[in-house]
Amino acid sequence: MEKTWNNNAWFMVLPVLVLVAFSAVIPLMTVVNYSVQDTFGNNEFFWAGTDWFQDVLESDRFWDALTRNLIFSAIILAIEIPLGIVIALNMPKKGIGVPICLVLMALPLLIPWNVVGTIWQVFGRVDIGLLGRTLAALGINYNYVQNPIDAWVTLIVMDVWHWTSLVVLLCYAGLVSIPDAYYQAAKIDGASRWSVFRYIQLPKMKRVLLIAFLLRFMDSFMIYTEPFVVTGGGPGNSTTFLSIDLVKMAIGQFDLGPAAALSIIYFLIILLLSWIFYTVMTTSDAKG
Amino acid sequence: MARINLEHIRHAYGAKPKSEADYALKEVHHEWNDGGAYALLGPSGCGKTTLLNIISGLINPSEGQILFDGTDVTHLATQHRNIAQVFQFPVIYDTMTVYDNLAFPLRNRHVPEAEVDRRVKEIIEMIGLGGWAKKTARGLTADQKQKISLGRGLVRSDVSAILFDEPLTVIDPEMKWVLRSQIKRLHKRFGFTMVYVTHDQTEALTFADKVVVMYDGQIVQIGTPAELFERPSHTFVGYFIGSPGMNVLPAKIDGATAAVGGESIALGFRPKIKAGATTELGIRPEFISLGREGMPVAITKVEDIGRHKVVRARFADRPISIIVDEDGEIPAEPHVTFDRQAINIYADSWRVGEEA
Ligand SMILES: Nc1ncnc2c1ncn2[C@@H]1O[C@H](COP(=O)(O)OP(=O)(O)O)[C@@H](O)[C@H]1O
Ligand SMILES: [Mg+2]
Repeated sequence: MEKTWNNNAWFMVLPVLVLVAFSAVIPLMTVVNYSVQDTFGNNEFFWAGTDWFQDVLESDRFWDALTRNLIFSAIILAIEIPLGIVIALNMPKKGIGVPICLVLMALPLLIPWNVVGTIWQVFGRVDIGLLGRTLAALGINYNYVQNPIDAWVTLIVMDVWHWTSLVVLLCYAGLVSIPDAYYQAAKIDGASRWSVFRYIQLPKMKRVLLIAFLLRFMDSFMIYTEPFVVTGGGPGNSTTFLSIDLVKMAIGQFDLGPAAALSIIYFLIILLLSWIFYTVMTTSDAKG
Repeated sequence: MARINLEHIRHAYGAKPKSEADYALKEVHHEWNDGGAYALLGPSGCGKTTLLNIISGLINPSEGQILFDGTDVTHLATQHRNIAQVFQFPVIYDTMTVYDNLAFPLRNRHVPEAEVDRRVKEIIEMIGLGGWAKKTARGLTADQKQKISLGRGLVRSDVSAILFDEPLTVIDPEMKWVLRSQIKRLHKRFGFTMVYVTHDQTEALTFADKVVVMYDGQIVQIGTPAELFERPSHTFVGYFIGSPGMNVLPAKIDGATAAVGGESIALGFRPKIKAGATTELGIRPEFISLGREGMPVAITKVEDIGRHKVVRARFADRPISIIVDEDGEIPAEPHVTFDRQAINIYADSWRVGEEA
């Protein structure tokens, strides 16, 4: 087939290119620029090579934060994905319940991150928070300001509350696309509830689950606002994730070089892990 | 291996049916003999699928009962009815192999694996997918998928009944013929009761011992192919069966004669007609003869369709069709005569018999 070349088309994509350049490529390059230089102020920069990268990779601080991130994301995925599936499976498929459920599910997604953080920060406070007071009244010793485990539990519950809906909505979209005939055939074939899930619903949800998984992984791995608002990275360093560490480094200590190096490493880790998940999940999909 | 009785079944999809028109099934009261082969024939939307789903338990009828061998199963779940059903559009389990798809209904019922293997191998050969056993079902073509659906319906040898809902629509004509004869063979061997929905009348007529014709949520006639042809009990059956369908002409009945337009036709019997009914005369194109004698007609068109010709004409200001042999001549001043034995009289669309 003949291909027709239309050079005018390039003008059409130009605005997007400019936008992407200013919003992504140029800032990223600035960061790359910082990461290989040193400065003592006065806008004088010296070539530093890979020193900052070595510093970052050799610091315990980095590995500790990375470990926290990995554990946090693993827990988030392990809770939100199955919970999201279970809720989606139990949502009504028709009738008045559908719009009600959808609105309820969408509500947490509409609340900005810092507001979610603030809500939970107040909600969990032992002196005035509803949750904190209730737990105290029940004799449960809960204090996210002092106890690292409580701080983690608070962050996890908060994230689950905030983001499980996303998984639910994606799964639900996959489920409603299954024609009735499939469920009818399953009944005729004597399939159990589990078989229906395993052989009809799960395969249909696979694609959306992949998206949900990647979105929740990337997002939880980059978590910043909530721990910043609720725990500020503490108690101690127990909730200091890479992002928090990064901000401390860049803005708190004004170590632009190491912070830039950390940013790039952080970015590459997310890219790498997402790519691994994507490849693993799509190849297993192809094999069936 | 079950006699199925439908006792005054009515079904409406909406929650609160107000009028007769809200019912997808108006009233079905019928017995399906054990081991019978039935074709269910009717236009789209007349309730065929609804009826099958009620038999298999996918739908609970709004009113009425279903009996299997005399036992009430109206509220029994599909899984416990021991019925197989093949749907109009292919349903396959994407992630399973072709083999596992076919084995699925057996394994769910805990059939021993050796027996599963034997059955699946037989069916897989029958549907012509022998070489595909180990392939995942995902990449197959639409007609291969439909063969798998069909195979899953046939793989259980002990079912009481198999319901086929237009299973061969997407299959090419040659394969259609092969599969149809295979289904017939299995039916002979295992003796399950079989209901086969189709809107292809040749398929219905060649396939079944009894043809059940549905129209607008009701069964309008049950009979052998010959009965449907010769004595359609509803004008719809007349139209629907045969090609072209029966000629139905408005007629005034007076004793043993029918007046159609200005012509009066002797019937040879006195139809029993209630006062005020709309009466019609039905005559199949095959039973009208064209010649120089009889009632005058005006020919509008002659269609040559192989072994015979279809003559379209106007008779008593109504369009009619006449079937003429291939070498039959068409006279210059055409007249027609009706075979008296083949005339049927309808009152309000239903065929009427002789006055006692
Ligand atoms: N799930 C449903 N909900 C509401 N109406 C339905 C449903 N299924 C079928 N109907 C209606 O019931 C009537 C009979 O449909 P169906 O049994 O599918 O006919 P057929 O199989 O003969 O084409 C149609 O008027 C159709 O619109
Ligand atoms: Mg149908």
